[in-house]
Amino acid sequence: MARATTTRRKVITTAVAWAIGLLIFFPIYWTILTSFKTEAQAINDPPLFFFFDWTLENYAIVQERSDYMRFLWNSVVLAGGSTLLGILVAVPAAWSMAFVPSKRTKDILLWMLSTKMLPAVGVLYPISLIFVQFNLLDTRIGLVVVLMLINLPIIVWMLYTYFKEIPVEILEAARMDGASLREEILYILTPMAVPGIASTILLNFILAWNEAFWTLNLTAAKAGPLTAFIASYSSPEGLFFAKLSAASTMAIAPILVLGWFSQKQLVRGLTFGAVK
Amino acid sequence: MLRKNALCAATALSVFAAGSAFADNHSTITVATVNNGDMIRMQGYTDQFTEATGIGVEWVTLEENVLRQRVTTDITTKGGQFDIMTIGMYETPIWGANGWLIPLDDLSAEYDVDDILPAMRGGLSHDGTLYAAPFYGESSMVMYRTDLMEAAGLEMPEAPTWEFIREAAIAMTDRENDINGICLRGKAGWGEGGAFITVTANSFGARWFDEDWNAQFDQPEWANALNFFVDLMAEAGPPGYSTNGFNENLSLFQQGKCGMWIDATVAASFVTNPDDSTVADSVGFALAPDTGMGKRSNWLWAWALAIPAGTQKEAEAKQFIEWATSKEYIELVAANEGWANVPPGARTSLYENPEYQAVPFAQMTLDSINAADPTNPTVKPVPYVGIQFVAIPEFAGIATEVSQEFSAVYAGQQSVEEALEKAQAITNDAMEAAGYR
Amino acid sequence: MATQHSRSAARLMMAPAVILLLGWMLVPLTMTLFFSFKRYLPLRGDSLERGLDWVGFENYARFLSSSSFWPSVQATLVIVGGVLVVTVVLGVLLALLLDQPFWGQGIVRILVIAPFFVMPTVSALVWKNMFMDPVNGILAHLWRFFGAEPVSWLSDASLQSIILIVSWQWLPFATLILLTAVQSLDSEQLEAAEMDGAPAFARFGFIILPHLARAITIVILIQTIFLLSIFAEIFVTTGGSFGTRTLTYLIFQRVVDSQNIGLGSAGGVYAIILANIIAIFLMRIVGKNLDR
Repeated sequence: MARATTTRRKVITTAVAWAIGLLIFFPIYWTILTSFKTEAQAINDPPLFFFFDWTLENYAIVQERSDYMRFLWNSVVLAGGSTLLGILVAVPAAWSMAFVPSKRTKDILLWMLSTKMLPAVGVLYPISLIFVQFNLLDTRIGLVVVLMLINLPIIVWMLYTYFKEIPVEILEAARMDGASLREEILYILTPMAVPGIASTILLNFILAWNEAFWTLNLTAAKAGPLTAFIASYSSPEGLFFAKLSAASTMAIAPILVLGWFSQKQLVRGLTFGAVK
Repeated sequence: MLRKNALCAATALSVFAAGSAFADNHSTITVATVNNGDMIRMQGYTDQFTEATGIGVEWVTLEENVLRQRVTTDITTKGGQFDIMTIGMYETPIWGANGWLIPLDDLSAEYDVDDILPAMRGGLSHDGTLYAAPFYGESSMVMYRTDLMEAAGLEMPEAPTWEFIREAAIAMTDRENDINGICLRGKAGWGEGGAFITVTANSFGARWFDEDWNAQFDQPEWANALNFFVDLMAEAGPPGYSTNGFNENLSLFQQGKCGMWIDATVAASFVTNPDDSTVADSVGFALAPDTGMGKRSNWLWAWALAIPAGTQKEAEAKQFIEWATSKEYIELVAANEGWANVPPGARTSLYENPEYQAVPFAQMTLDSINAADPTNPTVKPVPYVGIQFVAIPEFAGIATEVSQEFSAVYAGQQSVEEALEKAQAITNDAMEAAGYR
Repeated sequence: MATQHSRSAARLMMAPAVILLLGWMLVPLTMTLFFSFKRYLPLRGDSLERGLDWVGFENYARFLSSSSFWPSVQATLVIVGGVLVVTVVLGVLLALLLDQPFWGQGIVRILVIAPFFVMPTVSALVWKNMFMDPVNGILAHLWRFFGAEPVSWLSDASLQSIILIVSWQWLPFATLILLTAVQSLDSEQLEAAEMDGAPAFARFGFIILPHLARAITIVILIQTIFLLSIFAEIFVTTGGSFGTRTLTYLIFQRVVDSQNIGLGSAGGVYAIILANIIAIFLMRIVGKNLDR
């Protein structure tokens, strides 16, 4: 009897969960699907859900018009570089906040978060002028630094919450055994913090990949990432749904695939200290 | 530990820096452009330019709004990221007056600068000096479905009045079959719905400013124009037209959902192209309408190539401009894609070419361009130059906000009177901030 | 526990992060403050080299007295508040659902978190053109299929549409954090309550919700920070018309469309003040919840 109800319940849950999952995913499915249609099919009435002549011509057109690999590579370098740099700066800071807390630790953390509240458009001119002054416009290095600074507060916060969950007793025991600070970090802390660091890297990679204000306003021909690539397809003359879909698919596919492969880390790691 | 980190970071940084600093090739120019069809076609032919001259071309192709934002910031902060910028008739005289553009007064004899249509040349000059070369130019005109017009038992005159347009629009409207009598721009933005309502108002005798730079939205002409427009669209326009711009209307017209469409003359080649348009063989053209007050509701615009002052590659940039806006380039496109697809509205010789005259919309495009007079755009006198815009730096900001108020009227969210009252306040306030009043 | 040595080491380790962020905050902020007291109209030839005229508080007064100011604050609060409500409520329900055993859990989870990977520009473009377009959008097709008149989403339901788009992007984030919290829930406690005959509603209200309080707080805190500065979603869809002009967007119009840097900078200072008011308000709640 009880078994029957649980099975019935599981069937219902499955149906509901799948329905909701597909609904949430539908816009992405529709974008990918549309990218394989012709422009006329893309606006067909009624909409074509699966059965049509699939075509790759949109991808060919997009590839012919813009050098996708260059944009992709810039995205990888900017997102990767800023995340790595951010981790290098944030790990020591988060470590010391978590293990040697002072009265002001919480204030510093909250202050760091508050630096994210300055609206980017408000400082468009200041930052542009600084970039001009230091010859940083359209360079990857300039953008790597900006993206790192934008995300640094989030990185520090995430790492801090992970580190805090590591029991201090283990560290103290190691210290008793005469471990140096370096050994402490390298052999005890790091292995325990790896899952946290991994999910921090993931989240920040995603955030940096999707940043679309500075990456658009501070680049020209050389350092533009995929956000700049998209800006050339967003509203041209004539029918463009299919080409826009192809460009969109190309822009989100790498990060989508990365996200899916690492979703276990994300699901496990994205807590911000929410669990206690 | 820390020092090691810092060292790693520094090394990593210098690698990135080196990668971007030394990749500079001296014979490569960077061109910022808009993602319109003619520009994208030009990108396809760039290889031929590079082959002939050895100058490489890097393209930065952006959607119109992003492009404006990007090039304006670059020119005002002296960013120097571009050797050529694609700008319009609004920006060119303002930037030229500020000394931000290199004068194009020493173009070669073969280029034949006198061949540029006088209206375009005038609009892209400041104090008689040309600052940008037109890649293509446009006015606006009526495009209509000849089959629907016939079915309605009407005949489109060469130069219709707004009253006729209204009558025809109502007659052609067939809601059952999803056919709207007329499709017009209602989308906010100074270059979108803002441009359209401004030229409409011009033909109703309205103006943006009087001779002392006082906003004129409290005058009856504006109320007449706006009321007429709103009533017309309510009776014969598509649903949700308050978010329709050039693009949305183009796709509606191509799908056969509009009886008439008044918009840029360059659209003629899209709506008559059988590859994209379902109504390609039944499109007629007429001059933009008027109300008999002496001004038609057509605008004048050009997308033009300009060289920002301070570029290191002035000579190369000039070479590129001479190539891209030359007679030869037009012939190149004509030979490969047909005469209907060449960039229109820039050169007199194009309209004297018998092969181009055979293109159905050629004559009407030229007539529309010639009917536009930026120095004398309105019925009453004005202190400004420009037809669908006012060539002062403040205009883009003001008109974007004003057109947002108008779009709210189109969406039924406020009355015409409320919108005009707000427009009046917004405009006067901004003009005061800029020191005009 | 901490020795003097480890304290100074700790300070040294924090230094790079603190100094970098301090610079990132102070340099632009100082310049913004400086510009906000100046007349700076680049298109009229004003530039730093030529020197800018001091105008006192004129920019501040003008920004505040503009008829767009208060509506923009309101639009900001409505959008941020709306998205928070939608994502937290749906996030909790979704987290509870995904925590149940069912077939294909892993795949459904992937489907649900996918929107988080889509860049804001792309998601705005896709929603605007392929879903909300009143003629060719899929929602219009759906409406017509049921015999209804298609809605012009971005003009007639502009705020709701933006809230929908932004919520779609942020729901995965909220769900993920809340899911982790749900998973840490003591299942024995829940089962005991169920045995005792506590109805589902009571179990939710007295056991689950209090347990999730901390996670909800964190979702609200992090999301607010990101939501206050949303830009691409508005730029692409409505361009600030139909009552969707947020404070961020208003500043954008002053800086980019009007090219009035002084006025825009004054707006930036107001935005910082607004953000800080919200921050203080949040910190009160968060601080309480985080310390538990």
